[in-house]
Amino acid sequence: MTLLSVRNLSAFYGDFQALFGVSLDAAEGETVAVIGANGAGKTTFLRALAGALPAPRDAVEFAGQPVGGWPAHALVDLGIVLVPEGRKIFPSLSVRENLEIGAYRRRAGPWTLERVYGLFPVLSERREQPGTNLSGGEQQMLAIGRGLMANPRLLLVDEISLGLAPAVVKHLYEVLAGVHREGTTLLVVEQDISQVLSVAQRVYCFRKGSVALEGVPRHLTREQISAAYFGA
Amino acid sequence: MAWVDTVLQGVLLGGLYALFATGLSLIFGVMRLVNLAHGDFSILAAFLAVVAVQTLGLNPLIGLVLVVPIMAALGWWLQRLVLNRLLGRGILPAVLVTFGLSIVIQNGLLETFSADSRRLNPGGIETASLALGGGLAIGVFPLLTFAVAVLLLLGLHVVIGRSVIGRAFRAASDDGATAALMGIDRDRLYALAMALSLGIVAIAGIFLGIRTTFAFSSGPDRLLFAFEAVIIGGLGSLWGTLVGGVILGVAQTIGARLSPGWGVLTGHLVFLAILVVRPAGLFTKSRRVG
Amino acid sequence: MSVEATVRIARITAASRAGVGIAVLVVAALSAVPWLGDAGTMRAIIEFLALLVLAQMWNLLAGYAGLVSIGQQAYIGLGGYALIVLADDAGVNPFFAVPLAGLVAAALALPTAALVFRFRDAYFAVGTWAVAEVYRLLVANTDALGRGTGRTLKAVFPLARETRELVTYAIALTVGVAALVAVYLYLRSRRGLGLMAIRDSEPASASLGVDVLRTKLAVYMVAAFGTGTTGALLYLNLLRISPDAAFSINWTAYTIFIVVIGGLGTLEGPIVGTLVFFLLRQLLADYGAWYMILLGTLAVVAMMRYPQGLWGLVAERWDLQFFPVQRRVQRGG
Repeated sequence: MTLLSVRNLSAFYGDFQALFGVSLDAAEGETVAVIGANGAGKTTFLRALAGALPAPRDAVEFAGQPVGGWPAHALVDLGIVLVPEGRKIFPSLSVRENLEIGAYRRRAGPWTLERVYGLFPVLSERREQPGTNLSGGEQQMLAIGRGLMANPRLLLVDEISLGLAPAVVKHLYEVLAGVHREGTTLLVVEQDISQVLSVAQRVYCFRKGSVALEGVPRHLTREQISAAYFGA
Repeated sequence: MAWVDTVLQGVLLGGLYALFATGLSLIFGVMRLVNLAHGDFSILAAFLAVVAVQTLGLNPLIGLVLVVPIMAALGWWLQRLVLNRLLGRGILPAVLVTFGLSIVIQNGLLETFSADSRRLNPGGIETASLALGGGLAIGVFPLLTFAVAVLLLLGLHVVIGRSVIGRAFRAASDDGATAALMGIDRDRLYALAMALSLGIVAIAGIFLGIRTTFAFSSGPDRLLFAFEAVIIGGLGSLWGTLVGGVILGVAQTIGARLSPGWGVLTGHLVFLAILVVRPAGLFTKSRRVG
Repeated sequence: MSVEATVRIARITAASRAGVGIAVLVVAALSAVPWLGDAGTMRAIIEFLALLVLAQMWNLLAGYAGLVSIGQQAYIGLGGYALIVLADDAGVNPFFAVPLAGLVAAALALPTAALVFRFRDAYFAVGTWAVAEVYRLLVANTDALGRGTGRTLKAVFPLARETRELVTYAIALTVGVAALVAVYLYLRSRRGLGLMAIRDSEPASASLGVDVLRTKLAVYMVAAFGTGTTGALLYLNLLRISPDAAFSINWTAYTIFIVVIGGLGTLEGPIVGTLVFFLLRQLLADYGAWYMILLGTLAVVAMMRYPQGLWGLVAERWDLQFFPVQRRVQRGG
């Protein structure tokens, strides 16, 4: 069943157009990867889905309902949750409070504080420390944990590998694979394609604000991906 | 001994200034908004208390129970209908709109209540004093004001530090856009912050009106003192506003003792001096609420 | 098939030529008033010109330099008192003392800036107000300046009333025209371009080599000079000064309303705004405080829904610029 259906989405920052008629589908329970170079519009796309940017009402359909342009808090109620680029941990909140604020809308679901601590023990150890006292990798765990606390139906993940060591990134993707196994739908944006292609059922490649390629990872060649990524 | 008395009075005056400053600090922390009509709202509250006293025969301290919720509601709707639309447009619209509101309120009060000075009479408590020994005495009402300020700050400290809504305030103050992504409805959160701000400043206005005379034009000075207390204490620190208020109060009372016309001026000069030496204020935490 | 289009960067358009023409006519008409009109009209025009210059100065600060000051009344007061001190105490010709008073105000703007430039945004605004209050209280506590009651300008007493009024009017006209021309030329200059770049983006303009601090300071001092000169002019006209009147926040209220209602960030806006201001004052003269309530409400509404002001609405609708400071791209030879 299609959970997310994006049709012809364009997005602007003032006069500057960042997305040009993007269309994308994600079935419930699927992990979809969105790859592309810097500035391709991937983050803009996720932000538009999450309600941080305006979007036309009919451009985004979620579980059959047109939700384009809805405010972010209403989308979280539906289960659309963003793990933002750059982690965006709240410095005035402790690790625990950062997680708790993820559950602000109190959506029902399997994720609790204890469960997140189980997933990321280091967060439990540092629970009363300010969120930004953690290392980059730990903050990324915190950001993912915070997203999970909202009990998402569709988890939007923006560039978690940025600035992290490969071993840490591997661990994070194992966590995402686990979240996928629970049935959560994932839309994962990445510049580093090797990790994300191993967990995704389908991939979209963005270039300059449009979809340049779409397919199943194991059916696509390196050349095809490279051509779509950089432009032939 | 007379100097100790002066300093003591200044400290208690600081409690009143903290009441004025707290609301200003709160809304700046949460939404980076400076409400130039802040002082005028406190005077509006004082005049509402005058109406309550005149029409219902209430003691002004009882009148608080009516006026504070009215002012809080006013703050809620002001934020939702007017000020929320100005966010994200830079500071100029907010400065100019609140400045315009300040002028409208002042002139509205002038039209409605004339230019006469008023005072609220709570029936004697404002003249009562407490002997401290050694010839020292302090006013009961200033002491009460100080106590209310401390209690209020304590209350806010607890709410902001431990409650869900407090967490939301802190998150919004850190990063409003990400707070929205957490599901926080900023429209309503900001309205709540403004409601709190005006509710607190209503208390400040009524306490002011009991302590001294006031008129339609008394608002701007209150804003200035509140602003100075916030800056001296450091932006973003709630307890800092108490310290800032106390420093300002003491500066003013000492100045007034040196020469009658110099009270307020001394406060301004101390404020500017602190600004030169420590522009960030005494207790600044980077842009945090509480 | 090749398409050729010549493109010009131009500032002068038909509208701007018309603008210059209208301006010349208006100035000529105003110059004729002393012979055609009466003293009352002259006083009204003096006041109009004074408010116009104040509005232009505030517009320069807020609309172009991004410095939202609500303390410009400090320089009105300083200019007014400097006039009295220079003319009565120092024996300077009171008419020459007007621009000198402006220089005094500009000089005091330097240490003032050293303080208030430590603030940003809304706190800068309140900081300027606090400083204005300090000036007011210092003056009100100084015996030589007449304390709370103020002083009267005595140096003009020997003159015949008509002569004084005529010269004051001439000075007002000169100040008004000079201020407008100066602002116009400045904004068209390279420095003016730098200023508008700062308004649009400080970091970007800094990275392009615009000295942000120096430019802002220069603009702040120039505005102080203009405001101070206008303050001196106002009190040359009124003859009687007191701290509460000269340092009153009402001056700022009037200029803000004029600029917001007329149109921030344009040269034509303050002109339109001042006209509206005077018109409203005439219409509502009998209604006391309602006049200010209406002005305040209009300003709030303007800021919320029509931030471009009355002139902005007109200019957008008909793409007009009488006093263009923008460069336009024009097609064709």
